[in-house]
Amino acid sequence: MQKHMQSHEIDVKYTPKDFDSGEEPRWCPGCGDYAILNAVRQAFSQMGIPKEKFVIVSGIGCSSRFPYYMNTYGFHGIHGRAPAIATGVKVANPDLSVWVVTGDGDGLAIGGNHLMHAIRRNVDIKILLFDNRIYGLTKGQYSPTSIVGQETKSSPYGVIERPMDPVILALSQRATFVAKVIDTDIKRQIDIFKEAAKHKGTAFVQIYQNCVVFNDGAFEDFAGKEVRSERLIELKHGQPMIFGKNLDKGIIVKDLKPQVVKIGENGITKDDITIYDETNYMLNLLVANLHYPEFPEPIGIIRRVREPTYEELLYDQIETAKKKRGEGNIKRLIQANSWEVSPS
Amino acid sequence: MEELIEEHRRSEKRRVVAKFAGDSGDGIQLIGSQFTLATAIYGNDFAVLPEFPAEIRAPAGTTYGVSSFQIQFGGLDILTPGDVPDILVAMNPAALKINLSNLKPDTIIVINEDEFDEINFKKAGWTSIISGEEKLDDILSKYSVIKVKMNQLVVEALKDVNIAHKEKVRTRNFFALGLVCWIFGRPLEPILDFVKEKFSKNPEVKKANELALKAGYNYGETLEIQHKFTPIYIPRYQFEPGKYRYISGNEAFALGIVTLKEKLNIPVVFASYPITPASDILHYLSAWRNFGIIALQMEDEIAAVNTAIGASFAGALGITATSGPGLSLKSEGTNLAVMTELPLIIIDNQRSGPSTGMPTKTEQTDLLFAMYGRHGESPLIVLAPTSPGDCFNTIIEAARLAIKYMTPVIILSDGYLAMGSEPWKIPDIEKSISKIQVEFYKGDPKNFTPYSRDDETLARPWAKPGTKGLEHRIGGLEKSNVYGKVSYDPQNHDLMVKMRSEKIRRAQRDIEELQVYGPADAELLVLGWGSTFGSIRAAVEYAISKGWPVAHAQLRHINPFPKNLGDVLARYKRVLIPELNLGQLLLLIRGKFAVDAVGFNKVTGTPFKESDLRQAIEKELINLEKEGKISKHIKIEEGGAKTYAVS
Repeated sequence: MQKHMQSHEIDVKYTPKDFDSGEEPRWCPGCGDYAILNAVRQAFSQMGIPKEKFVIVSGIGCSSRFPYYMNTYGFHGIHGRAPAIATGVKVANPDLSVWVVTGDGDGLAIGGNHLMHAIRRNVDIKILLFDNRIYGLTKGQYSPTSIVGQETKSSPYGVIERPMDPVILALSQRATFVAKVIDTDIKRQIDIFKEAAKHKGTAFVQIYQNCVVFNDGAFEDFAGKEVRSERLIELKHGQPMIFGKNLDKGIIVKDLKPQVVKIGENGITKDDITIYDETNYMLNLLVANLHYPEFPEPIGIIRRVREPTYEELLYDQIETAKKKRGEGNIKRLIQANSWEVSPS
Repeated sequence: MEELIEEHRRSEKRRVVAKFAGDSGDGIQLIGSQFTLATAIYGNDFAVLPEFPAEIRAPAGTTYGVSSFQIQFGGLDILTPGDVPDILVAMNPAALKINLSNLKPDTIIVINEDEFDEINFKKAGWTSIISGEEKLDDILSKYSVIKVKMNQLVVEALKDVNIAHKEKVRTRNFFALGLVCWIFGRPLEPILDFVKEKFSKNPEVKKANELALKAGYNYGETLEIQHKFTPIYIPRYQFEPGKYRYISGNEAFALGIVTLKEKLNIPVVFASYPITPASDILHYLSAWRNFGIIALQMEDEIAAVNTAIGASFAGALGITATSGPGLSLKSEGTNLAVMTELPLIIIDNQRSGPSTGMPTKTEQTDLLFAMYGRHGESPLIVLAPTSPGDCFNTIIEAARLAIKYMTPVIILSDGYLAMGSEPWKIPDIEKSISKIQVEFYKGDPKNFTPYSRDDETLARPWAKPGTKGLEHRIGGLEKSNVYGKVSYDPQNHDLMVKMRSEKIRRAQRDIEELQVYGPADAELLVLGWGSTFGSIRAAVEYAISKGWPVAHAQLRHINPFPKNLGDVLARYKRVLIPELNLGQLLLLIRGKFAVDAVGFNKVTGTPFKESDLRQAIEKELINLEKEGKISKHIKIEEGGAKTYAVS
């Protein structure tokens, strides 16, 4: 639509290695962050975006060390402020591909306000929220996504706060792209990151990330290799919501009530299963609220719609103002309401 | 009345302090600014102080709902809005009541008699009058009073205008304005032009205000005929030839930012959050979208500073504006800019604190906070404009320094500069302000390291994201010298702390020397900073006119200080530091130069009065005399300070 909307597509061929900064990651052995780093490097190498156009902005926490390990422009910011910093980067140079890496403490506790407003504005930034339901870098306190009863260093008697649902938070701000994925699922992460890059507007991706030291196995109940096919449901736009090893289960949403059904039982056929629509806000909200164990945990792209981005609207407004009122004349502006004192 | 009239007959004054006061719904600021415009066109120098309640619609008629506008104007260099009004226009009892403590016997009081009734005395909480303990006439008998039935007079004047009675009464502010314009011989044309434009969509209201203004003006002639009261003649001021406008500090900042947009070869991103008294900068810039200005209202103060930092990282100049409470919130972000060594400008319009304090009132209480209000050793540049117009120069200078030294700059303006205004000689933007050329790193990418430094300035290179081969990472963690890798090395940290400090010290090379005003043999130096320039200069001029050995210097650069400051301080027997705080610059001066400086401190939420400073100067001269420290003998005669003279 105009110059800042230009496509990044180029013919450069990258390998994941090209995105390795050479810095040795300082995460704990076995941390889910390694898998995400691997997926991001692979995804970046496949996006067709010149390497120098990437900017990764982070806050504070284990996940926020991420920019140091990527051979792109990187800004390791301060606790919770990454979305605000990233907004400044994107507004100053809309041609950049701006990524925010944050965590459940950084993004939802201290930085909740900035996250919410960046999403609300639909700034064209990509936000990856590594959710391990714990504070890792400060050595094991509960976070906004910790579950009720979770025993941590700061909740030895169990967490008494109800957890926040990051996807619901994003949807509450009418996020234009929301996805959820699991750290060990490299292939799906790569797909989602590539889709996020293509999306114009804020892309919010919650990644269930295992903290081996302070909250090991937090997602094992539904994300474990043995159980995931029965306990996860991958959302596909325009496709029926079917899951299960034998693809024999589905979700029917009727009268605002979701229900898990078995295909072939009680006369239910594949045609009865509700078709997922990533543009249907009410359906997005409803499905995002499904969680294991009552329901299979939904993953994949939960919502995707195209709406004008913050910086598109900003630059359009500037262009429109120039057209309507004429290009600003500083001399005329500064001399408004002036008077002349002539030499006597 | 007769006597008063005689007294003012054919009077000629070199300078006058006029104050308009009324209910915040009375349109006081509007008539104040229109009187200022007429005064500018007439050709007087002036300085202005608007005062209004923080409440948007304070209950009508109450003392805390009073809005006022003070202007000093005259045929000589006017440095302050004045101490005590020569003329007070009080539109209701509350406006009179709160001003009674600051009047002099020859103050002319103009009151709208129609509003001085029991209901309004009650609203003003004027119990002594309601109970009959005091009579208004007795109170007023100490002054020269002109009572005018403004409500009745405007309704009469507007009898042919087709608006509601209530609307007619509302035009009494223009009536009062017309009358004051007559008293001081101000032209009505610029005001009529304004009315024409402002009410162009509502011809009846336009007509009403025009008629009210003229009725007020003509009423002056009635005064003249009935009471032999003639207009007061004010000689014109000999302005340097050129184009002038009047300007507030906030306007000057906004115009400065637009000028920067023109002079810089990089974008300007202004990100801010509404806060009194800095919001106007955001308002102006938001309205000037057609200048290509990127002005953003963020979700909070923290986001505003971080967005500005993000913009600077991306290769733009990030600017944010705030006031005290916002500066507290920006502390963390400011530190990030110190650590990442990125250019950033933070405007702080200081206001009364602590906490929410008195949002519409002025103070100089953020100086030490700007210097030291961040954890760790966190040096940055601090500038302090000395007048509303100087805010323009200061932001241009801030940009040059921020870019050259890759550092945040805090500008300490205040409520008085932000809202006060003065005539300002408009600079020739094309000729007098040179381009600011940002040079991003453009050497061989192989040789690029984010924390190498310029030999002279110690600034690190600015590498713009999007440039091939310069991909690098910076952030809040300490970095290794030159290479910019995360580093916990003790020697490296020590080096980097000292390097950041030395870099700011080197900015001294780009800072003008401190100018001293006054006789070469002065013994007492009055040292101020920022917005107190006018009142200190006025008091020092008075002292000099008496032959007293006093000089004045005003700091515009707080960090680093001008390089000759130490030498200047050493020349005087004593340094007197007046500040609208409890001695913050004093602490720095005593600490850095081990000079026996003394403070004069007042924290009332209002600017210094010239008279306060005169007394402070007198007192310090007497002290010096008593201590035998004045070499040039000054005789202090019986009866106190005011009578002493140089022998």
